[in-house]
Amino acid sequence: MKDFIDESYDMIVVGAGPAGSAAAMTAAKAGLNVLMVEKRAEIGCPKRCGEGISENGFERMGIKKNEKWLNRKITGTNIYAPNGKSVKVLFDPTTSDNYTGWIIERKMFDKMLADMAAKSGAKILTKTEVVSLLRENEKISGVRLEFNGRQWDVRAKIVIAADGIESRIAREAGLETTSKLSEFISAVQFEMSNIDIDPDSIELYFGNEIAPGGYVWIFPKSEHRANVGIGIRKTMTSKSAIKYLNEFINSRPGLKKGSILEVNAGGVPVGGFLDSMVCDNFIVAGDAAHQVNPIHGGGIVESFLAGRMAAETAAEAIKKGDMSKEALSVYDDRWWKERGKRLKKIQKLREVVEKLSDDDLNFLAEELEGSDIVGFARAEGFGKLAKILMKRPKLILLARKLL
Amino acid sequence: MIRVDRKVCLRCGGCVAVCPHSALRLTEHGIICDEEKCKDCGICIEFCPVKALESRGDKE
Ligand SMILES: Cc1cc2nc3c(=O)[nH]c(=O)nc-3n(C[C@H](O)[C@H](O)[C@H](O)COP(=O)(O)OP(=O)(O)OC[C@H]3O[C@@H](n4cnc5c(N)ncnc54)[C@H](O)[C@@H]3O)c2cc1C
Repeated sequence: MKDFIDESYDMIVVGAGPAGSAAAMTAAKAGLNVLMVEKRAEIGCPKRCGEGISENGFERMGIKKNEKWLNRKITGTNIYAPNGKSVKVLFDPTTSDNYTGWIIERKMFDKMLADMAAKSGAKILTKTEVVSLLRENEKISGVRLEFNGRQWDVRAKIVIAADGIESRIAREAGLETTSKLSEFISAVQFEMSNIDIDPDSIELYFGNEIAPGGYVWIFPKSEHRANVGIGIRKTMTSKSAIKYLNEFINSRPGLKKGSILEVNAGGVPVGGFLDSMVCDNFIVAGDAAHQVNPIHGGGIVESFLAGRMAAETAAEAIKKGDMSKEALSVYDDRWWKERGKRLKKIQKLREVVEKLSDDDLNFLAEELEGSDIVGFARAEGFGKLAKILMKRPKLILLARKLL
Repeated sequence: MIRVDRKVCLRCGGCVAVCPHSALRLTEHGIICDEEKCKDCGICIEFCPVKALESRGDKE
């Protein structure tokens, strides 16, 4: 393995998820000499994902859709209140295709992104872990790698930590990226087959008995197969996520009769954005930097965009020969302006929704139209939501948070 | 010190994210707890989606 790679690179990327691959392909295309290392034996496997992505996500990433990793086109969302009443959010293909969604095959999607990075000229290693950062004169100067029990050092001008929720590298660099239990969703999911589902819609179930601080999702991958998962906030209950999910499935004959093809678990950061995500010679991006949409927990596109921004900043810094924290803080400014501001606003919505009782949620399902809900994940339409909540005197204070 | 039930753990790494003492690591053999760093605060146990973690109760 040692003969396979160079002693030093312009940039080393830690982790080959969407954030890492986006960073690696962007930097390689900009002419940098890039190494990306992934500790797993297979990129993207096992998945930690419901595999939902919006049509306009592909546009923003600049990725062409490919049948090889597209499972199913989604044309609507059914949102269920605790009392079972549903609000149908129909994506309108006549006005804009932007509201359509897709369920993808993450294992193949992630590998395809890494493949794009490799074709762009980045070197990629799997089953290779970054065990620590190297320092020279206290500044980060590379990484220590481990493969098959052997360790060796590789130097780099810039290290990008795209190492997901289990990130240790950013903490080692000196950034406080520990997730608070109150801003971190505990999630578990079964990929189920032979179940009765609406194959063209995703379904979301809300309620404090069903999924405190979160929701249950059903994301169809075919006519009879879907990712059935749950995310909950563990500061609101002592019961485990898997217990809630089992109860949900057992209470629904159309799911209970099914089979389980895969079990996945994970954590989803919903908040805890960092003011600064850089140090001298170092940038953190993606889940490792909590760059996730806090209302639905989607992080594929956010991670990709952040990884790309990180690499663009790094390439510029290397060109100018200034990799200092100040020079790299262009990334902080850009991310906060382009993504962070909006995500922070969406986090407010999450904080409000989490505080609603089942009765409030049932009330909302009566008052809200599907078309109102479409904009929520994009930080639009909060005014109307606040107005509805204010019809209930005890919610006035809470609703003000949205204005 | 944390005990990990390897038969239950799905190796999602969420416990690593919430550990305030950087005591946990996700390796190819599963979650490893650094005895020196672990303060037995229990946050990882609380987070675990599948209840794979428990305290060995050797620190007060
Ligand atoms: C249950 C669940 C459902 C989800 N559903 C959706 C969804 O439907 N839609 C959506 O958009 N998002 C979803 N997400 C979120 C999404 O999966 C993440 O936001 C996304 O994968 C983050 O990408 P990333 O590149 O930052 O990190 P990751 O994809 O986690 O990649 C990080 C990589 O770094 C590697 N790594 C870590 N440490 C090291 C090291 N020291 N050395 C080498 N490699 C290392 C890891 O092995 C991993 O492969 C879901 C998450 C969960 C948990």
